[in-house]
Amino acid sequence: MADPMKIRATLQGDIADVRILISHPMETGTRKTASGLVPLHFIQNVIVQHNGKTILDAQWSQAISRDPFLGLRVKGAQVGDKISVTWTDNKNDKRTDEVAVMAGS
Amino acid sequence: MLLAAATGLLKAGAVWATPWNKTAFAAKAPAETLKELGAKNLIESKEITITVPDIAENGAVVPVAITSRIPNTQSIAIIAEKNPFPLAASFDIMAGSDSHVSTRLKMGQTMNVRAVVKADGKFYTAVKEIRVTVGGCG
Repeated sequence: MADPMKIRATLQGDIADVRILISHPMETGTRKTASGLVPLHFIQNVIVQHNGKTILDAQWSQAISRDPFLGLRVKGAQVGDKISVTWTDNKNDKRTDEVAVMAGS
Repeated sequence: MLLAAATGLLKAGAVWATPWNKTAFAAKAPAETLKELGAKNLIESKEITITVPDIAENGAVVPVAITSRIPNTQSIAIIAEKNPFPLAASFDIMAGSDSHVSTRLKMGQTMNVRAVVKADGKFYTAVKEIRVTVGGCG
């Protein structure tokens, strides 16, 4: 099973700055090892929801770096709001993680 | 609907996701990528900010951030013009999201990074060069 994502959502005014770090090999299918080519294995879709409503729908290629990073900003957010992130890869593996928006410093 | 069911994206209780644009991601040259994205009559815009390092020392992890100040931005696409498959990512921006995305890309060599923003049905674009000293695909 995939490792959990690291998600941080910090409020700055009424905008939540969201930073997501996903654990995934994002293989391009062109990497050679002693046992041959490592097959294509990458996240194709990422959905970010704010209190259950989809606000960002990302389609990715294998050119996104290994252990992908995604940063975005959510308008009209408040402390305690739920930010959930779901990714799906080309093998149909998926994972959802969720955090609450925290107050900024 | 049928396509979504066939690709396994839509199951009971599942979140609807925009279908992965196979032909756009398979395009091997920027002109073909733009065509598959349906991006026509591109308007050069200073309201799109592309934030990248001038020089990337590690082509495996190049930070790229795109901000669009164009009202009613619907989507932001990132095209790494000299990558084998130039379309790196496409983000659908729904109400509630600020038109800003940042991520990290693999880039094989020095190249232009192009942002294509769709807003109110029109397409806008901006471009920036990144010098890559150690390529990121091998």
